[in-house]
Amino acid sequence: MGALLLAMLLVPFATIAVLYLMPRDRVEPLASRLGFYAGAVVLVLAVAFACAFDYTKTGYQGSVNWNWIPALHIRFHLGVDGISLPLVLLTVLLSVLCFFYSIRHMPEGGSQRAYTALLLLLEIGMLGTFLAADLILFFVFFEIVLLPMWALIAYWGADGAKAAANKFILYTLLGSAVMVVGFLVVYAYADSFDMAWLTAHARGDVPKGAALTAFALIALGFAVKTPMFPLHTWLPDAHTAAPTTGSVLLAGVLLKMGTYGFVRIAVPILPQAAPTYAPALAAFGVVGVIYGSLACLSIARKPDGDLKRLIAYSSIGHMGFVLLGIGSLTTVGMNAALFASVAHGLITGLLFFLVGGLKVRVHSAKLDDIGRALYRRAPKYAALIAFAAMASLGLPGLAGFWGEVLALFSATKPGSGLTQGSYIAMASIAALGLVLTATYLLAVVRRVCMGPAATQSEEPVTELTAVETATWTPLVLLTLAAGLWPALLLGITNPAVRVLMKGV
Amino acid sequence: MSTLALWIPLLPLLSAAALAAISLADRGRAQNGRSRARAAVPALAVLPIAAAAVLTFVVLFGHGTGAATESRIRYAATGGPELWLGARVDGLAALIAVLVGVVATAVQLYSVSYMAHEERYTSYSALISLFTAAMLVVVYSTDLLVLLVGWEIMGACSYFLIGHHWERPEARSASVKAFLVTKFGDAPFLLGILFLAHGAGTFRIQPILQHAIQQGGHGYTAAGAILLIGGVMGKSAQVPLQTWLPDAMAGPTPISALIHAATMVAAGVYVVARLYPVFLVTPAALWILAISATLTAVTAALSAFAQRDLKRILAYSTVSQLALMVAALAAGGRDAAVFHLMSHGGFKALLFLGAGVIIHKAGTGDVDELNTQGLRRKLPVTFVTMTIGLAALAGFPPFSGFFSKESIAGAAYETATHSGPTKSLIGITPPAGIGWLVLVATLLTGFLTAAYALRTWWMLFGPLERGWFRSAVEISQRQLKPSEPAQEAETPTAAEVAAASEWALEALVAESIREQDAAAEEAAAKARAGRPEAPRAELLPLVVLAAVTTVFGFVGLNLGWFASWLGDADGGAYRASAAKAGKLIQPAAAYHLAPALLSTVLALIALALGFGVVFAAARAKPGADPNHVLGFLRKPAFLGFRADDLQDAVVVRPIQVAADTVGFLDTEVVDGYVRGSGHAARLLGEGLRRIQTGNVQLYLTGVLTGVVVIAAALGFGR
Repeated sequence: MGALLLAMLLVPFATIAVLYLMPRDRVEPLASRLGFYAGAVVLVLAVAFACAFDYTKTGYQGSVNWNWIPALHIRFHLGVDGISLPLVLLTVLLSVLCFFYSIRHMPEGGSQRAYTALLLLLEIGMLGTFLAADLILFFVFFEIVLLPMWALIAYWGADGAKAAANKFILYTLLGSAVMVVGFLVVYAYADSFDMAWLTAHARGDVPKGAALTAFALIALGFAVKTPMFPLHTWLPDAHTAAPTTGSVLLAGVLLKMGTYGFVRIAVPILPQAAPTYAPALAAFGVVGVIYGSLACLSIARKPDGDLKRLIAYSSIGHMGFVLLGIGSLTTVGMNAALFASVAHGLITGLLFFLVGGLKVRVHSAKLDDIGRALYRRAPKYAALIAFAAMASLGLPGLAGFWGEVLALFSATKPGSGLTQGSYIAMASIAALGLVLTATYLLAVVRRVCMGPAATQSEEPVTELTAVETATWTPLVLLTLAAGLWPALLLGITNPAVRVLMKGV
Repeated sequence: MSTLALWIPLLPLLSAAALAAISLADRGRAQNGRSRARAAVPALAVLPIAAAAVLTFVVLFGHGTGAATESRIRYAATGGPELWLGARVDGLAALIAVLVGVVATAVQLYSVSYMAHEERYTSYSALISLFTAAMLVVVYSTDLLVLLVGWEIMGACSYFLIGHHWERPEARSASVKAFLVTKFGDAPFLLGILFLAHGAGTFRIQPILQHAIQQGGHGYTAAGAILLIGGVMGKSAQVPLQTWLPDAMAGPTPISALIHAATMVAAGVYVVARLYPVFLVTPAALWILAISATLTAVTAALSAFAQRDLKRILAYSTVSQLALMVAALAAGGRDAAVFHLMSHGGFKALLFLGAGVIIHKAGTGDVDELNTQGLRRKLPVTFVTMTIGLAALAGFPPFSGFFSKESIAGAAYETATHSGPTKSLIGITPPAGIGWLVLVATLLTGFLTAAYALRTWWMLFGPLERGWFRSAVEISQRQLKPSEPAQEAETPTAAEVAAASEWALEALVAESIREQDAAAEEAAAKARAGRPEAPRAELLPLVVLAAVTTVFGFVGLNLGWFASWLGDADGGAYRASAAKAGKLIQPAAAYHLAPALLSTVLALIALALGFGVVFAAARAKPGADPNHVLGFLRKPAFLGFRADDLQDAVVVRPIQVAADTVGFLDTEVVDGYVRGSGHAARLLGEGLRRIQTGNVQLYLTGVLTGVVVIAAALGFGR
């Protein structure tokens, strides 16, 4: 099984090598196809791993554990458990969909080869982040992700992309720089970077004061990534500027690296510090829910509101529920955070694809340019928009529901050492956020999908294409599956989360 | 039986899935002839629902009068209490499921003909099937979180169905309004469920009820009960969340029948009945229910009296009748409330389906115009069945509404006077004050209901020749249209014109809605002009429902029969002996369902007064709409007492202001500190730009070197 994990990292790496070893003019027209094949192979490997995975066991499976820098006890340690498995699968799925979509919809901005290589590198970084079982290895992969994403936004993005890309990388670089210092503080006392070992032992080794410092530093890095209000301002710009695939992966996977960090590293490794900061995490999360939804509403009310920007802000709201779940410091809360993360990856991935498709059609993501009455002009496309909106507003039966409801459930009875009253207040505010979320999504559907009967001057809109159908169907089906049968995800995460939360 | 019940919602769900698939495959091809799959749509729409309806009867009779049974399968782990997919069948669930099945089947059958000419019939019927599945989940579910799934899916279905004619502005806003107003109530509802689950340590209903009975109404139970009311107000359209229901008339008429009779609005009442002990142990929750419901019952009845549009009359009447059920629940009359829920479901579905026939035939829903059309002769079947429906609504014996409303008054009376057995299993009867409040409101509402039911009947089938009150707008419009036959020679007096001008605005609104309706349905109406009353598929449900409405009330006559079927509030088997010994949770179920002398007399007096007022009004101003007796109340009542404006001012506008503020803040202030620190950023940016060579390896090496250097420095430093 360890070989599978290694292969998942090596296949994209080897593909990059092939891309750059082959002569440029021969590889250029093939590049996006090669990328898709590599992504498909990784998907097959990941599915094979999931099939071989023993769901009754807890702890890492498929471990690869090599010495890397022995002097500092840094190891090349990979492993997957119930917490990372769903995120790994989400990553390879969204990646392969992006590769596939890019064959037909290559964004303009640079060579196919460079674009594909960057996506492959991105996949390595994202996968590695979820596979790493060593803090430094985690950090390395965490950083690897930034560079291709920066380049994708800067070179393949829309107007103003350079500034947005710079803002993105500065923000997240600063965040992760602070984060790695936090790791070093932990190391200074516990003498290890091994996540599993630290989870089992760090409580005894790191004194309270140091733990508080380390937690603050680490949490800051993850909070930027998640993003947590008020550290979110890189997100709307980055999303608005990014090419479609960039937005999909940014929202679908990159943000989850932040929540994954909280669930996997910050809380279980420094449980003695967690209760001090948890209320702040939850509170900022709730502020994000309201703030993000109101920002979306204001965009939906403007004639020149940008739909991509709106979805970016909606991510802040959805990730607010994730933070609320984490901030409750309960098993339910962590499960909720993971569920909501995966659900958000599927749904927001779909939403960004849909907006990207509109951009292809009308060359704009602005509400006024898109026009009205898509239910008539492109019925299937509009039905899909309505579906995605319903999923995003947390309709039960679709994936968005369970994560958010369980986050509220955990927040109404938080872990020991946290004041229940204030958490109930926060949960109540977040519950009103659900109404606001519905408000702006229905406003979007009303503006874009509904509308008056046909007029002469109306521009025709292309109906759902075959490529789009093929790319988006898996997202739709998984959104339905996770919504109708939540045990699909909860059954995987719950045993692992239980183990992780034993010490909290 | 609970095992069977577990699978019943699957039938409509599969029907919905199949129809949705056909609809997607069919879209965009509608013009070039219909696919073969489309021919199967009516069968796929009606048969699974009908089969589900039959199965609900099987469950009902299989269950009999026994105690609750439960089948469940593990649904998901949460890390806390587990989730269960299961059916809990007690008498209440079994009875309501039958109501849902029957009405949904009637609506699907009726829609086959009513909506057949619509291009979007397939997706429409798919949504009805999904709607039915969701309601059945609510009815049978053993797990509160799974119940919430059905609850909210119903909200989404009603959103799509009310917005079926999304080309019309009023349908667009009504659909969004319906979803958001109910969602606003769902937020506390959700928290309420979570609280109850925390209290009992599970989401399953049975332990939650037991917890409430054992621990009493404090802590999680009390908070949960009060929070749940938010959702009940939203779904069952009670003050202050009633505003969505009258607007929901923008949806197709069969949808109104479905929403008003058996699904959606019934869900709110049902949930209170289902979780009755939780409410019964929390007097504060009962008071909130009682005050909201009595206020709703009276104001909505006044509004129904003042409306001009047939569907809006019926909508307000639904709001008012639901309020009676909620009031009965607040006053301890669970069985009376359920009795009325079922009888109302029957006659309200009948009234809406009949209204659909009338609107299709006449091309308008304006009662003023309908009055001139001689509907009594043109639509004999509809005339008879609608008359039965309106009589039941008015509470005219022997139709079902008489018995069920009388039982509510009776229950309220016994709570008020504590004349029923007071020592119940948990030692609680609702406060006597609630009983008095509900009794008075019930009688007052009964009086108003009788009045507007008669007025509606008169307007539809009235023997009076024309000469009704007219608004200035309508008069001027009629003058602009010379082709229309002159109908009245009556010239309005100066006072009447003055009064009419006040109405101009509202009339204009009503007019625009009506004209769009008329335009859309004119073709259909024309096509049918030469044909008999309506297709069989539309008349059959009318006749069946009218028959049910005529006989259903007698269920209440048989002492204890209905109550024993309904079972105890906690799902136990009904014990008549225990009830007599005062050991029931609900003190006096059986007695109330049979008419008691006092409450019958009171109800009949209210009925007679209501009829009397309308007759007197008609005599005082011959030919005028009898609702002129409302006097100064007529305008505010017509406008629903301006609840929309209030909602706008209190909720909608502040949110809009907040949104715009955030939109401004985010770009100018929160992001400002980022840009404010732009110098540092720019410096860093410069540095980055220098090393931006596009060489990936260089980046990687840089990052790794950095890490190692820091790590090494720290390592050596120790």
